[in-house]
Amino acid sequence: MLEIDNLHVSVAGRKILDGLTLKVEDGQVAAIMGPNGSGKSTLSYVVAGRADYEVQDGTIRLDGVDIMEKSPAERAAMGLFLVFQYPLEIPGVATMTFLKAAMNAQRKARGAAELPTIEFMKQVRATAAKLNISQDMLKRPVNVGFSGGEKKRMEILQMALLEPRFSILDEMDSGLDIDALKTCAEGVNALRGEGRSFLVITHYQRLLNFITADVVHVMSRGRIVKSGGPELALALEASGYAEYAEGAAA
Amino acid sequence: MAAVQQTVDTVKTLDVDAYKYGFTTDIESDKAPKGLNEDIVRFISARKKEPDWLTQWRLDAFKRWLTMEEPRWARVDYPKIDYQDLYYYSAPKGTDGPRTLADVDPELLRTYAKLGIPLSEQEILAGVQERRVAVDAVFDSVSVVTTFKEELGKAGVIFCPISEAVHSHPELVRKYLGSVVPVTDNYFATLNSAVFSDGSFVYVPPGVRCPMELSTYFRINEQNTGQFERTLIIADAGSYVSYLEGCTAPKRDENQLHAAVVELIALDDAEIKYSTVQNWYPGDSEGRGGIFNFVTKRGDCRGARSKISWTQVETGSAITWKYPSCILRGDFSRGEFYSIAISNGRQQVDSGTKMLHLGKNTSSRIISKGISAGRSQNTYRGQVFAHRKAENARNFTNCDSLLIGDRCGAHTVPYIEAKNSSAQFEHEATTSKISDDQLFYCMQRGLEAEEATALIVNGFVRDVLQQLPMEFAVEAQKLIAISLEGSVG
Repeated sequence: MLEIDNLHVSVAGRKILDGLTLKVEDGQVAAIMGPNGSGKSTLSYVVAGRADYEVQDGTIRLDGVDIMEKSPAERAAMGLFLVFQYPLEIPGVATMTFLKAAMNAQRKARGAAELPTIEFMKQVRATAAKLNISQDMLKRPVNVGFSGGEKKRMEILQMALLEPRFSILDEMDSGLDIDALKTCAEGVNALRGEGRSFLVITHYQRLLNFITADVVHVMSRGRIVKSGGPELALALEASGYAEYAEGAAA
Repeated sequence: MAAVQQTVDTVKTLDVDAYKYGFTTDIESDKAPKGLNEDIVRFISARKKEPDWLTQWRLDAFKRWLTMEEPRWARVDYPKIDYQDLYYYSAPKGTDGPRTLADVDPELLRTYAKLGIPLSEQEILAGVQERRVAVDAVFDSVSVVTTFKEELGKAGVIFCPISEAVHSHPELVRKYLGSVVPVTDNYFATLNSAVFSDGSFVYVPPGVRCPMELSTYFRINEQNTGQFERTLIIADAGSYVSYLEGCTAPKRDENQLHAAVVELIALDDAEIKYSTVQNWYPGDSEGRGGIFNFVTKRGDCRGARSKISWTQVETGSAITWKYPSCILRGDFSRGEFYSIAISNGRQQVDSGTKMLHLGKNTSSRIISKGISAGRSQNTYRGQVFAHRKAENARNFTNCDSLLIGDRCGAHTVPYIEAKNSSAQFEHEATTSKISDDQLFYCMQRGLEAEEATALIVNGFVRDVLQQLPMEFAVEAQKLIAISLEGSVG
């Protein structure tokens, strides 16, 4: 369960999150929708622990534990995963090597033994096949020369292998054609259940046709301004964000 | 902010205790009196019972050295070296006699065991799947033991301390010594010629592929002592040899001087692969102590179709001044230089290579990866030259620099000169920083900052690591991680 309470965050003196409060229950898929500049990506970075943000006030708890002072790696080991909107390239590091390093680092942090190489290979192959990721791609350096769709599928592969308790999908649909979007969404849906939670950040209702949200939150000017069921996303699709932007200004 | 800021903060308190080989061996040693003059040169020569021609050779070098000036063109800054305040010869007691494993002081064997250098032939023979490596262990000024000499002898390969080769193979030593790096070459090489103590000698006869990796392990132990080793490797026609050198030194507050000369000669169709893992003590966070490493390494592709390949992983030394070079004399000869130079703390590196194309259809390749962290300065200095008779010379150079933090510097100084219009020289260079985004991405996947940095750096240097003999690539990878310890918060 993720609980964010009264979060105030600035970047270079500019207020981005302005008293944001949000709760995502175990097993829940929550969508956050909002116009450009409403602070959605900042929210995902702050929860994941990126260091360039000035957090003035508020708390973030994961499964009841305050994570504000924890490093990004510690948060990851606690089961937090972020699907990056723009996954980073790491030249010279084979994807397989990267996956293994990540999986073992998290296991080590949790006090578990390293995964035997054979077991690791098996898991990677099986999961990669479901996401149409070729063996060749796994040998290539992390995200280097990958298309937008390949990068996103690689994010989902990492998510599936790391089995996080809480995943944030930051505009997973950006840059994806409809087939790639379906593949990625299937990957996400396969992980649903067993108490896993997801925070799906998006501009468009389209993504929610593939990943059904239990609740939809509307974000504007750094806070949640409205919450409702899936129907809220459909209403937004029809009317746009204008009402919320103005409402916040008033 | 950000991991990079943390890098900078941590580097301020950089603890060079990360240096794992900083211990001292307590062993009695036999030293020459402090200082340098003709008598000291004669003393060293006498200790080694050298023939007259070599004593004279040393004395000529010494006289020449007195007229020379220390070079100051490199991008390094260090206090004046007092050459009279050094010991030029130091040998662990009891190393004069025959050198077999049984004769070696157990304290020395323990030292090398601690350093992870196997000096016992039996142990290695027992491990079936492990590839064997013959080792020449040089402690301060003398070689203490050379392993697998007999087995190599069966293949006709000579691998022994150069001080021994002077007596056992004088014709080879006399023919080749100083033939690549002349006595008058440069200040430090000339000094070395006068006072060189020990080092390795390798001769591979025609058509022989050396049956195992050869390696020399250099250890400076004694205080205020310079190490001036001399290595001479000759690959006769159609032969092949792969050689690796490793270096460490204890932590000392004073600087220690290391001025080595390495000469390689490849005759027709011969190939020499020379790898270095240099891990001299780099000094502490304030730049106190550490080795001054002034080294002249040069290979001569004397024969047609010969090939010399230098691979270096440089992580240590307070000052590094080193340009392993190739003279591409033989037609169709080839030179290669693969380098990883990592500097952290207050280290200063000025390193690179020279590829001198003299023969026809010669080719060379330079891949240099510089990584600067802390407050270090890292300079690549390289020269690619084609003689006017060097038809169809080809060179490809790639120099990449990676910066960690914002207090270090990376510099690239290439000199390119083609006197023959058919030359094709290519030069590529990039400078990049490990971005906060990259670090954050790795950390979000569960890697702590240091681990993430090591992973990114290993990716950056992968092309070069692949050139190292397999046994040492893993070692080098670990060394890179250790060298970067404390470079990220």
